[in-house]
Amino acid sequence: MEAFTRLDAAAAPLPLANIDTDQIIPKQFLKIVDRKGLAKGLFYDLRFDDDGRERPDFVLNQPTYKGAGVLIAGDNFGCGSSREHAPWALMDFGIKAVVSTSFADIFYNNCFQNGLLPVVLKADEVRQLMDEARGGNHVVSIDLEAQTVTSPSGAVFGFQIDPQRKAKMLKGLDAIGETLEAAKDIDTYEMKRALAQPWLEGA
Amino acid sequence: MPPMPGKTLYDKIWDAHVVAEQDGEAILYIDLHLIHEVTTPQAFAGLRANRRAVRRPDRTLAVADHNIPTEGQGLGVDAVADDEARLQLQTLGRNVEDYGIEYFQMGDIRNGIVHVVGPEQGRTQPGMTIVCGDSHTSTHGAFGALAHGIGTSEVEHVLATQTLRQKKAKNFRIRIEGEPAPGVGAKDYALAIIGEIGTAGGTGYVIEYAGSAVRALSMEGRMTLCNLTIEGGARAGLVAPDETTFEYLKGRPSTPKGGAWEMALGYWKSFFSDDDAVFDREIVLDAAKIAPTVTWGTSPEDVVAVTGAVPAPESFATPDKRASAERALGYMGLTAGQPITEAKIDVVFIGSCTNSRIEDLRAAAKVAAKALEGGRKVADGVRAMVVPGSGLVRAQAEEEGLDAVFRTAGFEWREPGCSMCLAMNPDKLEPGQRCASTSNRNFEGRQGRGGRTHLMSPAMAAAAAIAGHIADVRDFL
Ligand code: SF4
Repeated sequence: MEAFTRLDAAAAPLPLANIDTDQIIPKQFLKIVDRKGLAKGLFYDLRFDDDGRERPDFVLNQPTYKGAGVLIAGDNFGCGSSREHAPWALMDFGIKAVVSTSFADIFYNNCFQNGLLPVVLKADEVRQLMDEARGGNHVVSIDLEAQTVTSPSGAVFGFQIDPQRKAKMLKGLDAIGETLEAAKDIDTYEMKRALAQPWLEGA
Repeated sequence: MPPMPGKTLYDKIWDAHVVAEQDGEAILYIDLHLIHEVTTPQAFAGLRANRRAVRRPDRTLAVADHNIPTEGQGLGVDAVADDEARLQLQTLGRNVEDYGIEYFQMGDIRNGIVHVVGPEQGRTQPGMTIVCGDSHTSTHGAFGALAHGIGTSEVEHVLATQTLRQKKAKNFRIRIEGEPAPGVGAKDYALAIIGEIGTAGGTGYVIEYAGSAVRALSMEGRMTLCNLTIEGGARAGLVAPDETTFEYLKGRPSTPKGGAWEMALGYWKSFFSDDDAVFDREIVLDAAKIAPTVTWGTSPEDVVAVTGAVPAPESFATPDKRASAERALGYMGLTAGQPITEAKIDVVFIGSCTNSRIEDLRAAAKVAAKALEGGRKVADGVRAMVVPGSGLVRAQAEEEGLDAVFRTAGFEWREPGCSMCLAMNPDKLEPGQRCASTSNRNFEGRQGRGGRTHLMSPAMAAAAAIAGHIADVRDFL
């Protein structure tokens, strides 16, 4: 998992409430062998019409927002099925943080397993960000260490986050990350093993 | 100070691999990581998403086995008809290339079922820790290696760190003593053990197999025994290495040579359970009392001697068991009290990581040859297929003329792979078809939707092919 410290990125406004994980990534994309390919299925039915053509009015289809790194979404984002493909798809598309007034529980958890930062702000703050993101300048800054979101116009909003989750996110620690904290021990073990069982070196 | 109690074989391998302890879990070093096409795509995707490297590509080996067809392998991956299977194979091909991992591709003579290939190449060695995203990784325990299956997230963990986070299991020893009757072997031992302890009897344990009957087994037999350990609920099975082990390993492509061989031998010989080692559980079986064994139901613990009858659901102790026996009889199309030899067979499958090695094929071919001498062949209406465990097993069998025996007797001689063990490739049972199978799982639908599986040894499966029904191999020897 990549560490999340600070992000300066274009923010895309998606003023819809109750976006469920089926909408985020429909089930026909779950058979994929590679999380990497999931971007194409992100918000599939919102992004494409029945003939598979892009819907020009959908925010992520507009040239200004194609490279967005932050999503500003309506209430209760990520409800429904527990599929971890939802954060995978968002991240694969390039979204690194989602800002909303609230998130569904399982989705919120899944975000932390994958290094996607869910940020909870107050309703009026989300509304202000949403409005500003529609304007000419739509770059927001998120500072996890300081727990702040800075709007394009420079307004600063603080947010809350569980300290342990924050610590792991700042270091980019998942189970693998945690084990890699013991990387020195692994190095030492391998050195000793190379001496004791040289026949296992260089296959 | 009181003397330290002795250590078990499992304790010794464990202790030799603990890198560190974190939050009550050990970080265990992994010596060998085997990978295949089905359980790895998301693991590699995870590595990519996190920009992680494979820590020890040199300690990782890839094969293509689970979903490959058992004919036309020389045509290559692009010729695989099933879209999803082809995509998984192509994905593995790309992953091993990107990360510099050795890969025996479909069609390579060294390719085959992952648990046949590792030992055959001499990758599997005593005292090692071995993992693979497949539950029958327990097979490699036959060499005195701690080996078990892992999930996809753990595959990613091992790729990235060459370690696994683990809690230690308990020690269970199963001793099989004495001499078996003719026609009885490792598969019968294994089925008898599962019948005795149940499919959850080994949960939470690592099982060490010992006793004179285990010592007398070839490496192939020991692999069959350890392979089926997982069906008894234990993640790993072990047999302490001895001369049989070293003899098997000597001269294999990846075993040490010259001075290194002597050095390795010294190390390997330290892996045995001390005389005063304490086991949390122990049982003893008399080999002489074990008959050729088959399964009648839909769980590997549903076993019966070939001379026996299908049990009545009322004979089971608990309501749950009675209910599942009832359901199993219905699914299997059998009646309580019916001699098991009355079960007519439609398909015979000789293969899988349980029983597709050269010795297994020899045992089956012996029955086929004997039948040919008596002017008999595979019974009318029976489709019998032999799927060698690897390209090398196939080649060796051909050198010994076994393929000719099989073909003449009416068996199909296929190319290597998992095949009808899990029916992810085109080799599948039709609904209602009954199969005498040398594989390891008789679950509902395992070999194809609605298919009925009877597990048994290769010799027994060959006998069933000739007879057209489940048969006692002793009548064919
Ligand atoms: S032969 Fe069957 S049990 Fe063995 S590895 Fe293949 S699918 Fe798994």
